[in-house]
Amino acid sequence: MALLNVNPTRMELTRLKKSLATALKGHKLLKDKRDELMRRFLELVRVNMDLRLKVEEKLRRANSAFDAAGSLMRREVLMSALLLPKQKAQLEMGKQNVMSVEIPVYELTMQSKEGDIYSYGYKNTDSDLDTAVKNLADILPDLLKLAEVEKSCELMSVEIEKTRRRVNALEHIMIPNYRDTIKYITMKLDESERSSTTRLMKVRI
Amino acid sequence: MYKIGIIGSRDVICGFAAVGIDIFPVEDEIGAKSALSRLAAEDYGIIYITEDYAKKIQNDIAQYSSSLTPAVIPLPAGSGDSGFGTGKVRSMVERAVGSDILFGNN
Repeated sequence: MALLNVNPTRMELTRLKKSLATALKGHKLLKDKRDELMRRFLELVRVNMDLRLKVEEKLRRANSAFDAAGSLMRREVLMSALLLPKQKAQLEMGKQNVMSVEIPVYELTMQSKEGDIYSYGYKNTDSDLDTAVKNLADILPDLLKLAEVEKSCELMSVEIEKTRRRVNALEHIMIPNYRDTIKYITMKLDESERSSTTRLMKVRI
Repeated sequence: MYKIGIIGSRDVICGFAAVGIDIFPVEDEIGAKSALSRLAAEDYGIIYITEDYAKKIQNDIAQYSSSLTPAVIPLPAGSGDSGFGTGKVRSMVERAVGSDILFGNN
C-alpha cells in the first residue's frame, strides 16, 4: 500500500478520481497498442529471420565465387576491374505508420549508364568474376528487403519495449496508488463526518 | 534520395562496388567507428557492415537502433558465418517479448 502525498480533502478526491479515470483509459489504450504491435512484430520478425538466412546463404555463395576469382587474378587487376562501377544504386525512402511507429519503405533506383552491369572488359578478368558480380546483383533486391524488414523490426521492438514499460508502470504502480489514495481519503472524510455528527449529538444532549 | 553504403575490409566488400553500392574499406575498429559515424551523418539510408566489424562496434551501432535512418544491417563476411546477424534478430525478439520464444530451439 503506497499512498500519494496529498491532503485528504474533497478537492483532492475529485482530482484523483479524474486522474484514475484517465490512467485507466490510458492503460487500456496502451495495452491495445502493445498487443497489436506485438502481433505485427512477431509476424515481421519471422519474415526477417527467413529472409536473413536466405540472404546469408546467397551471400556466402557470391563471396566464394569472389574468392575463386580473387585467387585466379592479381589483386590490382581485380580492384581496378571493380572500382569504377557502371551503375549507381540509389534509394527512395517512404514511411509507413504502424501504430505510431514509423517504419521505412525502400525503393531501389538504379542509375545505369549502359545496359550491362559489368564494369570491366572481359580480356583481363576471369569468368568467376562475372558469376560473382552477377550473383551480387541478383541478391541486391533481397538485401534491400532485408534492410527494410530488419529496420522495421528494430524500430518496433524499441517501441514495444517502451510501451510495455508504460503499461506495467500504469498497471502495477500508478493505478494501485491512485486507488489506495482514493480509499484513504474517502475513509478520512467519512471519519471526520462521523466525528462531527457525534459531536453535534453530544452538544444537543 | 538516399545512398547505400557498406563498411568492411576491402577484400570482402569490393564486389559491392560493381553493383553500385558505395564501399568504405576499413582496416580496424577505429576506422569502422569513424566510417559509421561519418556515413550516418551523411544521407546514407542503409549502411551494411560486415559481421566481424559489427561485432566490435556493437555499441556504436546500437545508438542508431531507434532512429529511422540509417538502417545498419550486419552481413556475413567472406564465406564464414559468425551467427551475429541471426543473433541480432534474436535479441530483438528478446527485447520486445521479454524472452526468445521464437527461435530459441534452432
